[in-house]
Amino acid sequence: MNSQSTAMPEAPRDSQISESRISESRGIAPAAVTAMRPFYWSVRRELWENRSIYIAPLAVAGLVLLGYLIASMGYALSTTNMAQRRAAVEEPYTFAMGVILGTAFIVSIFYSLDALHGERRDRSILFWKSMPVSDLTTVLSKASIPLLVLPLLSFAIVVATELIMLGLSSLVLLASGLPVATLWTMVFQMWLMLLYHLVTVHVLWYAPIYGWLLLVSGWARRAAFLWAVLPWLAIGAVEKIAFNTWHFAAMLGYRFEGGPEAITAADSFPIDPMMQLTPGRFLSSPGLWIGLVVAAAFLAAAVRLRRCQGPI
Amino acid sequence: MTVIEARSLRKAFGKTVALDGVNLRVDEGRILGLIGPNGAGKSTALNAILGLTEYQGELRVLGRDPWDERDQLMRDVCFIADVAVLPRWMRVSQALDYVGGVHPRFDRVRAEGFLAKTDIKRASKIRELSKGMVTQLHLALVMAIDARLLVLDEPTLGLDILYRKQFYDSLLNDYFDRSRTIVVTTHQVEDVQHVITDLMFINRGRIVLDCSMEEFESRYLEVAVHPERVAAARALKPIHERQVLGRSILLFDHVDRGQLAALGDVRTPSIADLFVALMGNKPGDHAAGAAKGVAR
Repeated sequence: MNSQSTAMPEAPRDSQISESRISESRGIAPAAVTAMRPFYWSVRRELWENRSIYIAPLAVAGLVLLGYLIASMGYALSTTNMAQRRAAVEEPYTFAMGVILGTAFIVSIFYSLDALHGERRDRSILFWKSMPVSDLTTVLSKASIPLLVLPLLSFAIVVATELIMLGLSSLVLLASGLPVATLWTMVFQMWLMLLYHLVTVHVLWYAPIYGWLLLVSGWARRAAFLWAVLPWLAIGAVEKIAFNTWHFAAMLGYRFEGGPEAITAADSFPIDPMMQLTPGRFLSSPGLWIGLVVAAAFLAAAVRLRRCQGPI
Repeated sequence: MTVIEARSLRKAFGKTVALDGVNLRVDEGRILGLIGPNGAGKSTALNAILGLTEYQGELRVLGRDPWDERDQLMRDVCFIADVAVLPRWMRVSQALDYVGGVHPRFDRVRAEGFLAKTDIKRASKIRELSKGMVTQLHLALVMAIDARLLVLDEPTLGLDILYRKQFYDSLLNDYFDRSRTIVVTTHQVEDVQHVITDLMFINRGRIVLDCSMEEFESRYLEVAVHPERVAAARALKPIHERQVLGRSILLFDHVDRGQLAALGDVRTPSIADLFVALMGNKPGDHAAGAAKGVAR
């Protein structure tokens, strides 16, 4: 209401601000906008909107560190049994990694289910579509969150968290006169394995899952979660009733477990890279390539849908 | 040069025909007001122009096919579709950063200049702004883009009269020049009567009236007829007649001004009155809807 009255007098003060921004904006806004710029800003906008992408794994990492502080400084130092003490500081590494990855996976699922739904629900799609950003760029920027941003981010958070844990462990071990070298070697090898696991399972093997969720989020008018899950349950149920078999359910289970690179339990996380890595087997598994083709098809369908869809 | 050219534009949703063979041509430097009752096909026409919906027929906007080249077209076209489509979670500073990031024709300094005239704070989230401020922000973003065509779909719906007036004043004073083109739809026709250069009525997917405002003013005249001359006036075949405070107001199309002056006080009708005259009286039309739409 009072904007009329204050319409004018503010100008001089703000013009100083804008002058200081002239150089800044000239610097970042050259006439030619490269193809990557809209993609980069689209990804940034996803991070602005969905802060849980980094807050959730960071919060879990914080809790892990708190727990570890209690374990290493409290329990480990209170026991005089050196074997127990050593186990207390060395064991939580795979678990810490597991919960951070698990959190990132859950965030990925919920992000993907909302990515193309939320913008239609709040009508902001009309604003996004008024910008010179193609539907392909938009869908790819949204797909890059579970396929690129979250794996990289969770890797960085795991490494940062475990570096702090390593510092604490080393203090305890050195104070107890125990060697630290094996622990450091073990953790470094684990990080290499983690990187391999992220690329193979969380990116390449899970790609069709995220593709499907993005497609449903672009298609469903409401209850995106139900549309994402129920069709698969229905197919499994029909198969069970009609043929009394579980092949379809087994196929889905195989996909979620991670296929040829599956890790069946947290404590069996492969420690020795030389023993456990089987990239040849992974790359030659038809499931990988079929999955990637399906993921590409889902994403292409999501692009087409976004082109036609307006607010809901 | 021609900015928008449509030939036999058609669009149907199931059995409902939203656009029924629309021919339309908008030249550079014009401000076109597209007026019609709810469900007349205005938004469908705009959506087709903006590449938001598929259509049949021929349509070129700035020489491009909007459906196939939306992202390219949006470098030269801006639109404010409805009020409050700015994402509510976004901060004002983020909106400036984002548009500056993706839009090659965005001048941030200009946008900051427009914002400096308002109470909008950079750190505010859009959900914290009033409806009028959101519109001011959107207008500031759009006016800072050096676009050739600006499309406004009900840009001032739900705003009070001060914001509405300010909206069109800024548009005319700070943005519009002869190299730009504006298309606006609104139910608040009284707001745009002195803003637009061309007027188009659309009803049931068809163009009912297409004229420049000069033509509108010379062609349509409204006469508050002296009671004793009503019969003589009716003989001149008015297109519409209504009673206001006991006097008959007759609306004429293509009748000589001198001839009418003898019957009573002559004036240019408001767009709303012409709208009611052309669309409100036909049986089976959305008479009630049309009248309500104008009154709003």
